[in-house]
Amino acid sequence: MFFDDLSSFLAMGGHAEYVWLSYGLAAVIVAINFISPVLTRKKIIKDIERQLRREQK
Amino acid sequence: MWTRLKRLYHKMGSPKWFYEITTRWSKWFMAVGSILMLTGVVWGLAFAPADYLQGNSFRIIYIHVPASLLSQSAYIMMAVAGLVGLVWNMKMSFVVGKVIAPIGASLAILSLLTGAIWGKPTWGTWWVWDARLTSMLILLFLYFGVIAIYNAIENDEMANKAAAVLAIVGSINIPVIKYSVEWWNTLHQPATITLTKKPTMAPEMFIPLMLTILGFYCWFAVWVFARTRNEILFKERKTNWVKKLLQSGHKKTTGAQL
Amino acid sequence: MLMALLKRDLLLAFRNRGDLLNPLMFFMIVASLFPLAVSPDPELLGVIAAGVIWVGALLATLLSLDLMFKSDYEDGSLEQMLLMPQPAMLMVLVKVLVHWLVAGLPLAFIAPLLGLMLGLPNGGFMPLILSLLLATPILSLLGAIGAGLTVGLRKGGMLMPLLILPLYIPVLIFASGSVQAGVQGSDYLGHMAFLGAYLALTLVVAPVAAAAALRISLAR
Repeated sequence: MFFDDLSSFLAMGGHAEYVWLSYGLAAVIVAINFISPVLTRKKIIKDIERQLRREQK
Repeated sequence: MWTRLKRLYHKMGSPKWFYEITTRWSKWFMAVGSILMLTGVVWGLAFAPADYLQGNSFRIIYIHVPASLLSQSAYIMMAVAGLVGLVWNMKMSFVVGKVIAPIGASLAILSLLTGAIWGKPTWGTWWVWDARLTSMLILLFLYFGVIAIYNAIENDEMANKAAAVLAIVGSINIPVIKYSVEWWNTLHQPATITLTKKPTMAPEMFIPLMLTILGFYCWFAVWVFARTRNEILFKERKTNWVKKLLQSGHKKTTGAQL
Repeated sequence: MLMALLKRDLLLAFRNRGDLLNPLMFFMIVASLFPLAVSPDPELLGVIAAGVIWVGALLATLLSLDLMFKSDYEDGSLEQMLLMPQPAMLMVLVKVLVHWLVAGLPLAFIAPLLGLMLGLPNGGFMPLILSLLLATPILSLLGAIGAGLTVGLRKGGMLMPLLILPLYIPVLIFASGSVQAGVQGSDYLGHMAFLGAYLALTLVVAPVAAAAALRISLAR
């Protein structure tokens, strides 16, 4: 472990804002890339199922 | 041998086959990618030694470099997919190209943002018009163009072809753009500090970089597969295999797999 | 009736996400052209940043004015709207509001980012945002006149900017002037007051003029 303790790890030698902002942004963009297709998929499946039910009537 | 290739070619054109095989592969890419990313990030953030000149801000490299590399190679992949679609008339290829565009653009944005953030403690300003950042910005504009053309054309077939042409033209121009930007840069600035160290990095700093690069690529595959499957589901919604897929309890696949 | 029109136009605008993003992306690209064409030297850029951003905003708005009337003209609904019992100038106001929300306001949000990239000095950011917030409605209002005059013309594309740009010049002068003032640390309230007055004037004049322009265009 390069850092002595948790607080110096979080402080990143004075560069905390830069490092954590970057990793935070990365987390956001990664999350969007994972979640967006899941939401779209749910919507598509709902639409298809609605269409199927309509046809079965 | 030729019959093998021919069969593969026909299979690749089949949405159903594509759907099934990407569903299987996604699990592996997700698992491998997550392990690589977790190891790489933890190693890079907590265990790698700080840089002699830049201190701890250099740790941004573990995000910035993968995002840059990936957004550049994603554009090439998108162009190649467009080319394959045009030349061999393979619709699945067009679909893959289409879904890559927003992902690549988001990674270019990540690269630009982390580059700017890294630049602040290193150069003192949030943004510098150095050759690398400027080229990445232009790459983002190229992505914008492809996305805009998909949005503008309603007919699917026309949109695919138009976007493919644009992506191919863009990728051919990338070396020209890079060269001009570098030439422009030499006129205005002395040799700039490069953001990435050449591989004279100590292995404890270099290996986590390799891990996060590979991890990002694996996750990229997961994202491409997920979006491609959505396009397939939508396009093939009237077919029997999709109907059967939904009835046979798709619900257990939405959670575990992407 | 007007509320229905407002809701319909907003819905249509957000459905077509390409239309929302194109002016923004154009704005970004145009602003980026200047460092490439002139010099990336931060000091020089800092001096011209306000002007570059404002010219970019003007051009981006001009490009987006197509949205206002064109699609309604093409499917005939524009004629129907002019036949509504409400005065046509109110209908124009609705269209202007939608255009401003969709095409003008986002420019105000992206501008600080461009300011960072072009090395705008710190004092300039506040007047930049304020001037954009205050002046983009003016751009939409004046733009409605130009769009109304040229809707339906096949060669309207190049003509409309020629018609409206002279009207935009006072906005440009006072808006970028306010940013320069802010950069130098002096007071920019006077500039904002001018913009506010110009907005008030345009709010009264432009819808009437644009409605008249539309009637002329549709009578053709």
